[in-house]
Amino acid sequence: MSKLTLATVWLDGCSGCHMSFLDLDERLLALAELVDIVYSPIVDRKDYPDHVDIALVEGAVASVDDEKKIHKIRAHTKTLVAMGDCAVAGNVPSMRNPIGPKAILDRAFIENTTSQPQIPCIVVPKLLPIVRPIHEFVKVDVFLPGCPPSADTFHAALTALVTGTPLDVPALTRFGA
Amino acid sequence: MTDAGDVKTLIIDDREVSALRGQTILEVARENGIDIPTLCHVNGLGDVGACRMCLVEIKGTSKLQPACVTTIYESMEVSTNTERLQKHRRTILELLFAERNHICSVCVANGHCELQSLAQQQGLTHVRLPYRNPDLHVDGSHERYTIDHNRCILCTRCVRVCAEIEGAHVWDVMGRGINSMIISDLNNPWGESSCTRCGKCVQVCPTGALFDKSKVGDAHPKYPDFLPYLNLMREAK
Repeated sequence: MSKLTLATVWLDGCSGCHMSFLDLDERLLALAELVDIVYSPIVDRKDYPDHVDIALVEGAVASVDDEKKIHKIRAHTKTLVAMGDCAVAGNVPSMRNPIGPKAILDRAFIENTTSQPQIPCIVVPKLLPIVRPIHEFVKVDVFLPGCPPSADTFHAALTALVTGTPLDVPALTRFGA
Repeated sequence: MTDAGDVKTLIIDDREVSALRGQTILEVARENGIDIPTLCHVNGLGDVGACRMCLVEIKGTSKLQPACVTTIYESMEVSTNTERLQKHRRTILELLFAERNHICSVCVANGHCELQSLAQQQGLTHVRLPYRNPDLHVDGSHERYTIDHNRCILCTRCVRVCAEIEGAHVWDVMGRGINSMIISDLNNPWGESSCTRCGKCVQVCPTGALFDKSKVGDAHPKYPDFLPYLNLMREAK
């Protein structure tokens, strides 16, 4: 039997979920026996692979780039996991929603700038009007709330997903955990 | 001495239990170790049936009833945890989360919040409804406490404790439906209101909507347990 493929993705989040994932420490070695990590901020691969068995997606959808990515991920992934509160519920990135991107960008790049005030528009993707959780764009198979979900939560969830055993998420984690 | 006619027998979740006339389903259930989830109810305050978490099924009627304000009767048959009720409870929690800005990770009540723990207990892992992201204010005008309307679920515990126990009735509800807001006095800043600074509202608030300014981070457990004790002492007097 060939190994399952695992991808991890970083959208609008703080990378804290990835840090917590890396907190699996020596358990990562056991995980590496079971899965190949084919795409991740810690893997040098530019394009999302065609066939991924499990994708852990950190972060909310906040920009046109995030939106494009999440559709591509969904199209090429068997089991899509919303990893952490930003992906699950918007969380901290969504705190800009009542204010709106224009006011935020003005504040950061115009009002508080003394030299060449201008809103960046080249290379950086355009912000969406509101930040939303990923399940508002694509179907999500597993929700793992937590800010971040603990390493133990990742371990239990990934073990269940890799071995195909039942997964009781509320027993592991909660919003804000 | 209890009159024999005041003792009623009913069935809750297939268990025969006895109760006194005038008791609510919630009281009888909890006396018998049957847990019905609640959010606006708190021991020691009058009930208003605002949150609908405690809805139960009663045989003979298709209408769901809130256990906290429904009194028992002889031969009543109550179900407290059917699949239908679990579904409704999760939906109610989803509506609460979607209605205002409940960002647990950066909330002063993180880890001590009844909304948060109820969501976990009821198996809620995400909210299917789009978030409303309303633009709500935080009133920090009071010297000791803050009200953050982003976290308010309109349970009215603060209104009731202020009116019923403290006797000040500083808090009330303004507006209707989704536009309802908790206000102090006639919508004055809390710091300029007739508040007696007793802090009871902060202790009974189930979320991070009312909090003590001296508490930082998420180190803000609430202690609503003083209420039944206070009532008991007052009655004994």
